Amino acid sequence: MNKAEILVIDDEEQIRKLLDITLRSHNYSVIEAATAKEGLIHASNHPPELIILDLGLPDKDGLSVLQELRQWHTNPIIILSVQKEEETIIKALDSGANDYLTKPWRNGELLARIRSALRSSLGEDGDIILTAGLLEIDFNNRTVKRKGEFLKLTSTEYNLLALFAKNDGKVLTYEFVLRAIWGPGFIRQSQYLRVFVAQLRKKIEEDPNRPEHLLTESGVGYRFRSKQV
Amino acid sequence: MDNFFPKKINSSQQYLISIVLILAVSGICMGIASFLGYRGVAFILLLAVSLNAVLFDIWPVMVSAVLSAFIWNFFFIPPRFTIHVTATEDVIFFIMYFVIALINAALTYKIRQMEKSARKKEEKVNSLKLYDTVLNSLSHELRTPISTIIAATDNLQTANGNLSAANKEQLIGEIAQASFRLNQQVENLLNLSRLESGILKPKMDWCDINELVYGIVRKIEENKKSTRIHIHINPSLPLIRTDKIMLEQIIYNLVNNACLYTPDGSEVHISATTHSDVFQLIVEDNGNGFPELEIENVFDKFYRLKHTKSGGTGLGLSIVKGFAESLKGKVSLRNVSTGGARFTVEIPSEMSFLTT
Repeated sequence: MNKAEILVIDDEEQIRKLLDITLRSHNYSVIEAATAKEGLIHASNHPPELIILDLGLPDKDGLSVLQELRQWHTNPIIILSVQKEEETIIKALDSGANDYLTKPWRNGELLARIRSALRSSLGEDGDIILTAGLLEIDFNNRTVKRKGEFLKLTSTEYNLLALFAKNDGKVLTYEFVLRAIWGPGFIRQSQYLRVFVAQLRKKIEEDPNRPEHLLTESGVGYRFRSKQV
Repeated sequence: MDNFFPKKINSSQQYLISIVLILAVSGICMGIASFLGYRGVAFILLLAVSLNAVLFDIWPVMVSAVLSAFIWNFFFIPPRFTIHVTATEDVIFFIMYFVIALINAALTYKIRQMEKSARKKEEKVNSLKLYDTVLNSLSHELRTPISTIIAATDNLQTANGNLSAANKEQLIGEIAQASFRLNQQVENLLNLSRLESGILKPKMDWCDINELVYGIVRKIEENKKSTRIHIHINPSLPLIRTDKIMLEQIIYNLVNNACLYTPDGSEVHISATTHSDVFQLIVEDNGNGFPELEIENVFDKFYRLKHTKSGGTGLGLSIVKGFAESLKGKVSLRNVSTGGARFTVEIPSEMSFLTT
């Protein structure tokens, strides 16, 4: 199998080196860019399967690099930044980033996000049935089984779960979910979302207080994860 | 200029008020000059000048001193309504009045200047003291983990195969712990500077306390597995409307502190309740509690307990207090009778009892 190529755009040499070692040891091939300009040139000459982008670049704001890339580049982009303010994260996700990780990061987490971003971009998520641990979601029949038994979900609960599961591994912002499930008039009604997520967790998680599939991204949104890291 | 009405009265207002005061006092003196005598009037006018000297800058006071001298001469010293003074002693009195009024004005001004510079000096000493404490505490708390990382990596690099696998594992564990701690300290410093700069404005959103607390505990347990943390929160606690990130930092710091500063094997209990429109959270441990004398200081910036083991910048609790106050709430600490400390956070909040 061909190695997937990952472009790392980060001005810190140490970070690039570290990512290089980590990614190569997990069978990716890596190209490094130290500036926004260099990164954009690389990306346009030879579009990589995935881009890891830092927001604090010396020659250009990372968010504008992201917006520029998104005008023509459709492969996944993961932001890896020291900035952890929710506004920045939400803005990056709304600007087309597939995922957002803050530094310092954990390698296991980074690799999981890369795998999931690559999986969705390769279209492997078009399955009719998604298995996530003990869960089995059948998108065709709109049914969910847990440990082989059908769960009783309301239609909102099912829609919510299906939305998350179809975006397996991706952070969905509160606003995105509210708009998709309840409609544009409800994007400020975050209490609905909190309540339904709590309800849903009681049904699909082994321990709703320590969720394994429907994870919280504090202040930003939720992420569905079908597999353990 | 520094005076009793700092910044409220500008200089032209000062001239106006001091002149009006002199004129008013002179007017009153006109009425009582007949039984007080014109020399008595001089004392009352001097009193008015002194009052000006206490309140205003040097130039308005000088003007009122000169004005009052002129008024005394013109309206009171015989022959009245002339500048002319006949009696020799009155000439001396007039000159003395003039000199005393000016000295009075100048002296009062000088005393106030001296007071001001003394106050400034004292402030400077205080801020230097705080600066020292900050530097000491910071350099210690940042250097300890940095030293650990440097020593451990050095050891790993130069050991030439003399380290057992277990030793290596241990060193790597030390590096991980130290860098985690370093990250924590930087986080606290950033939060503090955000608090101090006043740019921090709460962003209100609906918050599921169970989700929040379990998430925090999971994060802490990932890094320190030996502590036992118990959560006692009603699963159907209403959603509260608050700044989730601030509340998260408050709870994180309290629980993390409790885990760090209690003896191994201690227990930490987290409970949360709502009373009408107040959200209350209690973090209680069964460690050794706080020295009673220091309880009121623990929320101060950079304050560290006198006989504490190393490991904090003295920032964690001041951030808890700062964030709680930003959310219009409060935090308090007391020792429990069975030993251990109990932190209580109370935050006024809207609640939502929405259920599906």
